[in-house]
Amino acid sequence: MCLAVPGKITEFLDSPALKMGKVDFGGVFRDVCLEAVPEAKISDYVIVHAGFALSVLSEKEAQESLDAFRELGDLEAELNPPDPE
Amino acid sequence: MRYLDEYRDAALVKNIVDRIDRTITQPWVIMEICGGQTHSIMQNGLDQILPAEIELVHGPGCPVCVTSLELVDKALAIASKPDVIFCSFGDMLRVPGSTGDLFSIRAKGGQVRVVYSPLDAVKIAKQNPDKQVVFFAIGFETTAPANAMSVLQAKALGLTNYSILVSQVKVPPAMHAILGSPTNRVQGFLAAGHVCSVMGYWEYYEIAEKYKVPITVTGFEPVDLLNGVLMTVQQLEAGKHEVQNAYSRVVSKEGNLPSQKILKDVFQVCDRNWRGIGMIPQSGLCLQPEFDAFNAEVRFNVGEIQTRESEICIAGQILQGIKKPPQCPAFGTFCNPENPLGATMVSSEGACSAYYRYARNESVNA
Ligand code: SF4
Repeated sequence: MCLAVPGKITEFLDSPALKMGKVDFGGVFRDVCLEAVPEAKISDYVIVHAGFALSVLSEKEAQESLDAFRELGDLEAELNPPDPE
Repeated sequence: MRYLDEYRDAALVKNIVDRIDRTITQPWVIMEICGGQTHSIMQNGLDQILPAEIELVHGPGCPVCVTSLELVDKALAIASKPDVIFCSFGDMLRVPGSTGDLFSIRAKGGQVRVVYSPLDAVKIAKQNPDKQVVFFAIGFETTAPANAMSVLQAKALGLTNYSILVSQVKVPPAMHAILGSPTNRVQGFLAAGHVCSVMGYWEYYEIAEKYKVPITVTGFEPVDLLNGVLMTVQQLEAGKHEVQNAYSRVVSKEGNLPSQKILKDVFQVCDRNWRGIGMIPQSGLCLQPEFDAFNAEVRFNVGEIQTRESEICIAGQILQGIKKPPQCPAFGTFCNPENPLGATMVSSEGACSAYYRYARNESVNA
């Protein structure tokens, strides 16, 4: 239920009352309400739950976390080599 | 898919598990609040690759599971009315009420429809002006903005045939209830990432300080979950109790301000009954009186409801992390997904359903 998935905004839709957009979830497209993410641009990734975008995914943070995991992992492995069995 | 695959990477998973292994020196009990996380943990076997010192207990973060029996019974009564189209998230259809479920109402000819979004229910109301369309607005803070938005949208469209049956719950009061209980075993929390995408995590500082527990905002993919565990264990081992964010690509401290404004405009805080747990003060959201016209409980007088709960089901204790599903005498025997006695066996976020689906029959760590 609280699952929210990242999807990419492909276009803004022309809807009178609500700010809506088309979002691509790995090939599955859905209309999504973008009222809560006024800063979102085409090609941004948004986190969507129940047809409502909750936040814009920060690509910078995503990349930095991944880089940090990899670097720290490498560094620690070097400092703490596994015991030979 | 980008920003999913990277967080499922097997080498990174192993990497983080190794780091947890190197950090941990003693047993710790950590609760993941969100049932979606429980399922991700089981589905990916994370509980089986973590060091034995870590016991993960599963929290109450399953909106379907905690929706009170009284409200489920009200839903059944409203859905039975001939002029009503009752819309709900799919998970709710098999949840047992006192005398049946929404599926059985549909089998008897009731108009019960599964929708992906409450905004779809508004569309149905627009297309069916001669029917009353009711949406079962369950959920935590994650779902609350979408539910509230549906009311604002119905109002903007001038619809008079749309209403919501509200069972909105809030996470922080449940954390207080768990940590304040004399039977509490939880020493650290993985906070639910998507709840925090809406609310931020400023509400947790007070909880971390009061109960001296570390709280880590955590996402849903294997790498996210393990990183959440790692950051929590690092704090526990160092004797710290801070609030940390392991899901910064989605969550900021202040959360999503437009969503919080929508919530404030539409809902107000109220006491709420949690199924199996009981009343938790100030733990719910309900519609403000100015939206009475959209309040299904006001619109439909369903009269006195006599609720009757299964006598065997221990879902309440499971939802508070006191017991695990295999400790229930009915688990997998009288109670299974085809024949559920409790909501935790039906919901895709329920702990009983996760243990059944991913065959965790043993009583883990008792
Ligand atoms: S196994 Fe069934 S009866 Fe037992 S606690 Fe879970 S839902 Fe309730």
